[in-house]
Amino acid sequence: MRAMLSLGAKAALTLFGLLLVTFLIARVVPIDPVLAVVGDRASSETYARVRAEMGLDRPVAVQFGRYVTMLAEGDLGQSALTRAKVADDIARFFPATLELATVATLIGLVLGIPAGVIAAARHNRWPDHALRLVSLFGYSVPVFWLGLMALLLFYADLGWAAGPGRLDPWLEDVVRPRSGLLLVDGVLAGNGTVVLSALRHLALPAAILGYYSLAYISRMTRSLMLEQLNQDYIAVARAKGLSETRVLWCHALGNVLVPLATVATLAYAQLLEGSVLTETVFAWPGIGRYITGSLLSLDMNAVMGGTLVVGAVFIFLNLLVEGLYGRLDPRLR
Amino acid sequence: MSLAHPDAYEPASSLAARLTGAAETARALAADRSALAGMVIVTLLILAAAAAPLLAPYDPNAQDLALRLAPPGAAHWLGTDELGRDVLSRLLAGSRITLAVVALIALTVPAAGLAVGCLAGFAGGIVDAVLMRIADVFLAFPRLILALALVAAMGPGLSHALIAIALAAWPPYARLARAETMAIRERDFIAAARLSGASPARLLLLHIAPLCLPSLIVRASLDMAGVILTAAGLGFLGLGVAPPQAEWGAMIAAGRRFMLDQWWVAAAPGVAIAVATLGFNLLGEGLRDVLDPRQR
Repeated sequence: MRAMLSLGAKAALTLFGLLLVTFLIARVVPIDPVLAVVGDRASSETYARVRAEMGLDRPVAVQFGRYVTMLAEGDLGQSALTRAKVADDIARFFPATLELATVATLIGLVLGIPAGVIAAARHNRWPDHALRLVSLFGYSVPVFWLGLMALLLFYADLGWAAGPGRLDPWLEDVVRPRSGLLLVDGVLAGNGTVVLSALRHLALPAAILGYYSLAYISRMTRSLMLEQLNQDYIAVARAKGLSETRVLWCHALGNVLVPLATVATLAYAQLLEGSVLTETVFAWPGIGRYITGSLLSLDMNAVMGGTLVVGAVFIFLNLLVEGLYGRLDPRLR
Repeated sequence: MSLAHPDAYEPASSLAARLTGAAETARALAADRSALAGMVIVTLLILAAAAAPLLAPYDPNAQDLALRLAPPGAAHWLGTDELGRDVLSRLLAGSRITLAVVALIALTVPAAGLAVGCLAGFAGGIVDAVLMRIADVFLAFPRLILALALVAAMGPGLSHALIAIALAAWPPYARLARAETMAIRERDFIAAARLSGASPARLLLLHIAPLCLPSLIVRASLDMAGVILTAAGLGFLGLGVAPPQAEWGAMIAAGRRFMLDQWWVAAAPGVAIAVATLGFNLLGEGLRDVLDPRQR
């Protein structure tokens, strides 16, 4: 219980620091937020009035207090570009990122864990070397370039996958958005065309991000497994005549599931936020593209709102990881 | 890859010991084939960047609109871009920017992390708590998004991109140095040094910090691949160097518009980034195996 409390306090402190950093970043921007509202032909009285309305004549500490109060009410300010509330924008864009990252992490887990186990079992033989090559390639190739080349090959040349975006344009707004996840909404509406189109659009970006996730998850699985395979209980299990399959997949893998849960959560967090470049390449209307798009038009409320949400998700997932550790590992209870 | 047993050889002086250690590291690295490949790639990259003006067949910024988007051939080995500039010459020019970014980050960020981490680990208590919470805040941002937000606030440009990457990159070094310091702090030789009257500053600077270095070097060499990718990502999003300067990420972004018909404009810089990153990854893994077998 005490551990939980201190975890919570740590997360709250980090969150507070996050607020402070985004607030300060927004303040050093070389554009005048008042001017952006009133235009450069406004009289000095109007300017002063708007400035006071926006609270910019108050001390910095007071402004920060206002900012925090606003956030506590779920208000992230208004986007200068879309004229909508940033919170509403994010609620619209976030599910696209969630869908992409979830599918990609599933790909990474389903392929990465078995690959890592096999590489550890065949340590220093060809499966191990092959996996090392595969993951080294993943660590080395820029994701945006791989995305572009994949589009060139699988969309433009071969026509196997659909192009940029989440859906074919004529299918937009066909199903009612319930979760914002197109696969889920399509299935709920019983609309097979939408589900199929969503899958065809999802395939390339999810495969690319899934590949990066696989590179990370398989390497971690491999090194965790190698650690286990050197231990005495494995020798005992083998000595008493258990099959190698059982030793590997039940005994050894069972003992790395706890650290693997951490690895998987971290991989998921990285994808949720790290998909900025992929979303740009695939014109994927997710949070990363929202941030970069707002950034290029200096829409700071949107940038900071997006950054804050992403940071908060990361803090939450990290908290989850530390909490999971205590739950899953009886020794830490 | 086996190192000589440490007891087998008694160095005559601390300098001799250090030189022998460095030689052992180099020998072990050369014996590891993939680390050797990494070393070769990185060395070639440095040579290419250093000799770029001599090696480049054309001026990287010279335009020849009659030869727009020419395919690879005898005159232009890697073709030309949308303004008729030679892609190979621009790649070579871009290698200088990439290496400059790597060098500046490699020199400053681990040093900053070492200072913060050693201080936090050595002082403990409130200093430790404050410094580590600050590190946590920066760790809570994904690197690219923090860099993006910072560059957005400061305006695009290479120096701003560098500051952004540095601010996003230091916390893991601080954590690592802190962990090392806390382990070293309890060792007997530190107690002995303290008993013989060494000041805290002396303990920190001469006894603890040097021992943290190997793991920081390993981390830095593995990190440089990520730095190249982050820098290229910023360039791709248009937040790196100002045009017309050649930068690999920005070259890909420019080539993207002609990708369907003139794929080589975008393909070439991507291969360059991948090869450079691969070189640092291989070298980093090799160094890790030699200097810090625990992390293997």
